[in-house]
Amino acid sequence: MFEKALIGSKKYWGLVIGLLAIMGVGAIFYLQQWNYGLGITGMSRDVSWGLYIAQFTFLVGVAASAVMVVLPYYLHNYKAFGRITILGEFVAVASVIMCLVFIIADLGQPTRALNIILYPTPNSILFWDMIVLNGYLLLNILIGWNVLASERKSVPPPAWVKPLIYISIPWAVSIHTVTAFIYAGLPGRGFWLTAIMAPRFLASAFAGGPALLILLSLILRKFTKFDPGKDAIQNLGKIVAYAMSINVFFILLEIFTVFYSQIPEHMHHFEYIFAGLGEHGKLVPWMWTSVTLAVLSLILLINPITRRREGILALACVIVFFSLWIEKGFVLVVTGFIPSPLGRVFEYSPTIPEIFITLGVWAMGFLILAVLYKIAVAVKEEIET
Amino acid sequence: MKIDRRGFLKIGGLGILGVAAKPVIDVVSKVKLAEASAKKGVLVEKRLAMVVNLKNCKDGCTDCIDACHGVHNVPYIANPKDEIKWIWTEQYEKAFPDQEHRFIGGGMKGSPAILLCNHCDNPSCVRVCPTKATFKREDGIVMMDYHRCIGCRFCMAACPYGSRSFNWRDPRPFIKKINPDFPTRTKGVVEKCNFCEERLAKGLIPACVESCKNKALVFGNVEEPNSEVREILRSNYTIRRKPGLGTGPQIYYVV
Ligand code: SF4
Ligand code: SF4
Repeated sequence: MFEKALIGSKKYWGLVIGLLAIMGVGAIFYLQQWNYGLGITGMSRDVSWGLYIAQFTFLVGVAASAVMVVLPYYLHNYKAFGRITILGEFVAVASVIMCLVFIIADLGQPTRALNIILYPTPNSILFWDMIVLNGYLLLNILIGWNVLASERKSVPPPAWVKPLIYISIPWAVSIHTVTAFIYAGLPGRGFWLTAIMAPRFLASAFAGGPALLILLSLILRKFTKFDPGKDAIQNLGKIVAYAMSINVFFILLEIFTVFYSQIPEHMHHFEYIFAGLGEHGKLVPWMWTSVTLAVLSLILLINPITRRREGILALACVIVFFSLWIEKGFVLVVTGFIPSPLGRVFEYSPTIPEIFITLGVWAMGFLILAVLYKIAVAVKEEIET
Repeated sequence: MKIDRRGFLKIGGLGILGVAAKPVIDVVSKVKLAEASAKKGVLVEKRLAMVVNLKNCKDGCTDCIDACHGVHNVPYIANPKDEIKWIWTEQYEKAFPDQEHRFIGGGMKGSPAILLCNHCDNPSCVRVCPTKATFKREDGIVMMDYHRCIGCRFCMAACPYGSRSFNWRDPRPFIKKINPDFPTRTKGVVEKCNFCEERLAKGLIPACVESCKNKALVFGNVEEPNSEVREILRSNYTIRRKPGLGTGPQIYYVV
C-alpha cells in the first residue's frame, strides 16, 4: 500500500516539501543543541522542564483520543465512525512518534536513552511510560495497517486484529494515566500533586484529540474525494462538547480546593498563572487567553444551533485546540516549577532554537500523518470507484 | 587427598569442639566484625547524617562551599539559569518555609542557612530515576552515577529541596582549578552533593566539615548512640527541612 504515498497531486508534494523544509530547520537547530547542550533552551536550574516535555504531555493526549472513535465503533457498533477509525488510529501513530521524539530531544544525554531498557527500573514512572507508549504505537500501527489492507481487498480484517483492537481501548487510557503519574506523584510540587491529574488529562485529551480529528476530516473532505460523513463529524462535535465541559469542570475543582484550603504551596502556583507573583507574570496573558478561549468554545459547542453549523463547529474546534494547547502544552508543565521549592520565582520562556526544534518535531508528525492519510484516502477512493 | 597441617587442625578442631563451641565462635566472629568496622571508622556504618549548627555559622563565610566545590570540580557559572551548586546558602525563611512567620527572632530572619542534599531516607529522586543512575547506598548516601544518567531531569522535578543541578552546558571551562583526583562532569547530566563518598572511602571526613573552623557542621552515624552527631541531637533542639513530605531528610539543623 505504501506506494500510494508516492503518487500524489502537486498540493500533496507541496505539503510534503514544506514540512520537510521545517524539519530541516529544526534539525539544524538540534545540531546546535547537540553541540552546546540543553543550555541553548530557556530551561534553567529552577525550571528544569519546558516546551519539549509540555509538547510530549499534550501529544500523549492527542494520541489517546483515538479511543474516542474506536470505542463507539467496535464496542457499540456505531457505524458512522467506521469510516474514520483509521483517521483516529493514524493520528495516534503520528502523535506517539512525536512524543518519543520530544523525549529524546529533551534528554541531556540522548545517546544513552537505551539505559531505560538496559537498566529497567519499575519504580520509575518513566519506565512504564516508555512501555505503554511504545506498546500503543505498535498496537495502532498493526491495527490501522491491517484493517486498511483488508478494507482494500474487501475482506474482513484477520481474526487476530480484533483482540488487539479491544486491548487498544484500555491501553489508550493507560498512556495518559501513566503520563499524569509522572507529575501527580512528586512531593513538594504542589501544582501537580493532585489525584485529579489523570482524569484531567483524559478529559482534555478527549476534547483536544477529537477537535483535531474534526478539523482533519473537514480538510480531507475539502481536498480529496473522501467524505468522512456528516454524522461522524457531528457526533465527534458532541464528544468535544462533553469532554471540554468536563475538563473545565475539573479545573474549577482544582481552583476551589487550592483557594479554599489556602495552602500556600498549592496556591502560589495558581496565583502565578492568574495574577502573577510580584513583577513576575509572563504566563498571565497566556492563561487568560486559554480561559477566554475555553469559555468561548463552550458557548459555541454546547449550543446545538452553533454546533450543527459546520463552519462554526470548525471554528470551535480550532479554539478548543489552542485553549488546551496553552493550558496543557505549556502552562501545566512550566508552572509546576514556579515558584521553586525554595520559593524563588525564576521565569521561563523558550528560546528561538527551542521553538524551531519544537516546530521541526511537529512538522515531522504532520509529515507522518500526511503520508498515512494519503495512503488511507487513496485506498478509500479506490474502493469507492 | 592432600591436607596441610593448618587445614587438618581446623577440621580436627571443629570435630572436637562440635556444637558446644558454637557460642564461642559466634563471639569471636562478632569481635572480628567490630574490629573490621572500627578500622574503617564510623564513616562506613549504618546511617550517615549531618548536623548543621546555624548558631555557629558566620555570616559571609564561604569556607565550606569553597572547599566542597573545589574538591569536587563544581564549575562556577554566575548565570543563575545554568548555575551548579552542591552546597550553598539560602535565607533561613526560604530554606524553612514551614517555619516562616513575621516575628522570627534570635537573629534568624534573613540569616543564611547552609543547604545541601539531605541524603533522604526515603528519597523521591531515587524513586523516579528511570536508570538507577541515582541510588541509595546501604549507609544512606544518595549517590549519582554520572556515566549512566541520561539527563531526563525527572529527579530534579522530584527533589523537593532544589538540591540537584543539571549541566546545561559543558562545565569544564568554568572550573577554576581542576582537581585531578575527582572526575569532571560532561554536559547533559545531573549532579549534586555526594557526602564526600570518595573521601569517606579513604577514611577522611567530608570536605565541608573539615573546612569549617566554627564547628557549624558535624558529620557522623546517627545509628551509633555515642557518635558526635547523636550527642548534638540529644542536647539540642533540631529541625529538618520539610519533614512533612515524608522524605526523611538526614541533615539536621540546630537553630
Ligand atoms: S535532598 Fe533531594 S536530591 Fe537529596 S536525597 Fe533528598 S530528594 Fe534526593
Ligand atoms: S537525570 Fe539522570 S539521575 Fe536524574 S532521573 Fe534522569 S537518569 Fe536519573
